[in-house]
Amino acid sequence: MARAFFRRRKSCPFSGKDAPKIDYKDVRLLQGFVSERGKIVPSRITAVSSKKQRELARAIKRSRHLGLLPYIVK
Amino acid sequence: MPLYEHVFLARQDLAQAQVDALAENATKIIEDNGGKIAKTETWGLRSLAYRIAKNRKAHYVMLDIDAPPAAISELERQSNINEDVIRFLTIKVDEHEKGPSAMMRRSDKDRERGPRGDRGDREDRPSFRAPREEEVE
Repeated sequence: MARAFFRRRKSCPFSGKDAPKIDYKDVRLLQGFVSERGKIVPSRITAVSSKKQRELARAIKRSRHLGLLPYIVK
Repeated sequence: MPLYEHVFLARQDLAQAQVDALAENATKIIEDNGGKIAKTETWGLRSLAYRIAKNRKAHYVMLDIDAPPAAISELERQSNINEDVIRFLTIKVDEHEKGPSAMMRRSDKDRERGPRGDRGDREDRPSFRAPREEEVE
């Protein structure tokens, strides 16, 4: 399971084999990449590669549109 | 014909039968316009992350569609008019997922584990950029 925070710099959690597929329907996976306020966590913290971060951001935004993820948690 | 995934949200106070009727209706629109539905997936009544049109919950339905673009615009046009559909999303995909989507796979696991607890505050969260803080102290 990919977690948002690592102690050491690791490789991208979405690269390499049996990496999870980024999907707007996979709320559980996406939830690991938003802060408790609902914001997208920067890739410098999650170590997601920039290509995958763009994909991830798109998935999170789609998820939000469908009410699966919050835009903001007050 | 291009492949699409269409997810729509129906109002919370509809009965399951009415939601199925909506899905049926969408299927009919697509088929009338020369497309076909590869799969219909009902995610059931889920709570929303925020209120949409005064609904706290909504019925989710996903359709895997293989149809010409004109059929999709017709479906979207009718979804916009229909007040029972509170939101929808259509995306073009390279291929349809085989088997149940992430949403269905997830639900079994969720019941076993339950929700994850809150993470700690920002300060005590380990970070790989931590050395900077130590230097300051």
